[in-house]
Amino acid sequence: MSAWAIVQHPLGRLSMHSLPFYDMLQNPTTKHLVNGSIAGFAASLVVLGAIVVVGLITRYRGWRTLWCDWLTSTDHKKIGIMYVVIAFVMLARALIEAMLMRAQQAWGLGGGFLSPDHFAQLFSTHGTIMIFFMAMPFLTGLINFVMPLQIGARDVSVPVLNSVSLMLTAAGAMLVMVSLVLGEFSTGGWFGYPPYTEIAYNPGVGPDYWIWSLSLAGLGSTLTGINFAVTIYKERAPGMKLMRMPLFTWAALCISILMIFAMPPLTLATAQLALDRYLGFHYFTNGFGGNMMHFVNLFWLFGHPEVYILIIPAFGVYSEVFSTYSGKALYGYRSMVLAIMSIAILSFTVWLHHFFTMGQDADINAVFGIASMLIGIPTGVKIYNWMWTMFRGRVRITTPMVYALGFIVLFVLGGMSGILLANPSIDYQVHNTVFLVAHFHNVAVPGVLFGMLAGYHFWFPKAFGFRLDERWGIFSALCWTLGFMLAFFPLYALGIMGLPRRSAAYAQPAYVPLEMVAFAGALLIGVALAALVVQLWVSVRHRGENRVPAGDPWDGRSLEWSVSAPPPEYNFPCLPVVNDRDAFTAAKEYGTAYREPGEYADIVLPRNSATGPLLGASGFGIAFGLVWHIWWLAILCALLAAAAMVVRGFARGLTRTIPAAEVRRQHQGWLAVVRASVPVTRADERAPANQGLANPAVLRETS
Amino acid sequence: MSGHENFEYPGLNLGSAHPDTHDAAKTTVFGFWVFLMSDAILFGLVFSTYVASVHATAGGPGPRDLYDIRSAFVETLLLLASSFTFGMASLAMKYKHSTARLVGWLLATLLLGACFLGLETHDFLSMIAKGGTPERSGFLSAFFDLVPLHGLHVTGGCIWLVCLLGQLARYGLDSRTKLGILRLALFWHFLDIVWIAIFSVVYLAGLA
Repeated sequence: MSAWAIVQHPLGRLSMHSLPFYDMLQNPTTKHLVNGSIAGFAASLVVLGAIVVVGLITRYRGWRTLWCDWLTSTDHKKIGIMYVVIAFVMLARALIEAMLMRAQQAWGLGGGFLSPDHFAQLFSTHGTIMIFFMAMPFLTGLINFVMPLQIGARDVSVPVLNSVSLMLTAAGAMLVMVSLVLGEFSTGGWFGYPPYTEIAYNPGVGPDYWIWSLSLAGLGSTLTGINFAVTIYKERAPGMKLMRMPLFTWAALCISILMIFAMPPLTLATAQLALDRYLGFHYFTNGFGGNMMHFVNLFWLFGHPEVYILIIPAFGVYSEVFSTYSGKALYGYRSMVLAIMSIAILSFTVWLHHFFTMGQDADINAVFGIASMLIGIPTGVKIYNWMWTMFRGRVRITTPMVYALGFIVLFVLGGMSGILLANPSIDYQVHNTVFLVAHFHNVAVPGVLFGMLAGYHFWFPKAFGFRLDERWGIFSALCWTLGFMLAFFPLYALGIMGLPRRSAAYAQPAYVPLEMVAFAGALLIGVALAALVVQLWVSVRHRGENRVPAGDPWDGRSLEWSVSAPPPEYNFPCLPVVNDRDAFTAAKEYGTAYREPGEYADIVLPRNSATGPLLGASGFGIAFGLVWHIWWLAILCALLAAAAMVVRGFARGLTRTIPAAEVRRQHQGWLAVVRASVPVTRADERAPANQGLANPAVLRETS
Repeated sequence: MSGHENFEYPGLNLGSAHPDTHDAAKTTVFGFWVFLMSDAILFGLVFSTYVASVHATAGGPGPRDLYDIRSAFVETLLLLASSFTFGMASLAMKYKHSTARLVGWLLATLLLGACFLGLETHDFLSMIAKGGTPERSGFLSAFFDLVPLHGLHVTGGCIWLVCLLGQLARYGLDSRTKLGILRLALFWHFLDIVWIAIFSVVYLAGLA
């Protein structure tokens, strides 16, 4: 790269050819027109969406609020909410892609309407987004919001690092969105196997978009894992012993450990692929001593623990949901903890089952097959514990419970098909068919996604101070459940009939009816997503009737319910002392809830910091520059990132103090609201009468 | 200075003579230790890539044609010496000797680190001159992943050290600077251990 090259091509490989409708204009055949229109429409949605958002913020003069109250905030609750916003935006995109794919396959007999290349981009972005930019931000967001409250902490251990993680994830998500407008995304699937993704077969920008968006998200997740683990080890309130932590916090600890150990293989695999592509190294190439099996091993050494990083937080949510909405302590707490921790350990011993067919001998396959089946045992323990939790409980069928009940039935089915696939000889028969697609969606959708949505409904009132509309919520949950069944059960049959996964087209008329059913299911899931949007709209409009300022709308059991909704920025006026599991339930029973602390103290909180947004922006710049070979941009942004870190090192006076008098004023104000609230029984839980005070919460005179 | 103070966090504990820092270090230094464990996984994976690729020379030069054990030995001595000087810096900080002594040991560490990097760069260049470029084979790709990754870490450590010296000049030995020095010390000793593994697995085993 000479200086002259930079002057000649200041935008690297970026040109008119990078626009999605360029092909269509150059070569207007029907197929190009259809594909170009879809891609162009998607690109304009992204651009229009961005313009509308910018316009609205400007119109309502929101830039200062956005910057001061949100983007530079180090408050774990706001960071959590921003993560969940990213997750929902990305969910919408990846779901639309899924519907397009189902439509393509429904009409795929002899061709369909999408080009194979376009279809390949769709399944690659769908998988990449759903895992790295939907599920990961969603669970990270929920943990961010809930976990510090559950352990009685003021924030995570390193709040600024938390903001950095968020911004790196956002930068990765933005890079995937930009790939809709400029150039194309990878066609190599969400795991991007070389040598197909090597420069020799894929010289375009697609794999580079994939590499750098994953690198950004992976780095963010590594830092998040460290931050969460340290928080749980070091920031627990007095008396909050490990075996008193709520199951959701246990889940957070478990996946933090998994993130710390499982993200490095991903970082390495993508970095080595990048070195192959950019500098001509030979890690995974054909010839010159490269070995693509190194990539496969590294990727799944990350990839298998990753699926538990996704599912275990959902297990945590279900544990909270079942026990809260059954009005009972979680059954078998100790065995639950043992179960998730054994799943965490086993998750590192099974990665090879992702490639039983790639050439190792039968003995090795058998070992990994048996290890994979073992995971069924702790998972089974959990399922039984959840059912025993409901047994003779006061069960209320609320929206989170609909998701949770759907989960129990469907997840068991998905787990069963997983046990089938764990047997190498069966895996040989169905590998690379849509049977596999059916299996992992059967655990990912009812497991992960339902769990995240249940958590969203469960904690939404805590975050925003009002409940979500129950009717639309249950309608949406039922649509998700039915839609899921229609969309994915046919794929089991299709897989056994031999339909390879990722087929843009097929020549077997027998596939058509089942494909049509699956497409109908996809449409129903689209309705489910629309219902979620409507629900949010309706709930915001009617928020006056659904407010729960007292903060405990579901007769909650853990400490997050013991504070106002939304909680004060410092979480607790004085740190709680914990004597029991289900700390808030115990406090309500012993009449120690809603008390005033003996004395108030000044509270020290971290100041806002621009470090996160700066590192996120420069991370995006580095990645974008590398994708398009705009070297000056990449170098400039790398220097900017380094400078931001050095400046941060020199910064002093990073805290601000909330005076005790202010804490007292706010807390007494809230206690007055609590005293004015009418306690509701569980029968009135979903009525406007529910102001967030549970009967029989015992209100004692404050001293 | 009793020797029986509670051990609160990984690495050298500053103890009750530095109450504020000692308290903050419980979380900060523990967090950095967790980060190092994640980094150790990264190095472990790079090591396994190297070991799995060591025979993938694709007809190109192998370890015997390229490695210079004397140079690697001198690098080892330099890095071990720098760990010693950093240890002395940490002790100077803990027992509140003069800041000048602390700065002196840190400068010695920086100098040794820079010499290590210079010699290592010289090694890489002479390998490349002998036809050992990373593009030549899977083995060389793996080598240039492992050893320069360690070198990059040392470079990062040197830059961090310069920044800490800057903070010392600007703010004196305040709590945040102390925390930085505690963490960099962990980082530095960690890289020392990684280098010993590199010296054994790459150089000694490669030439054995």
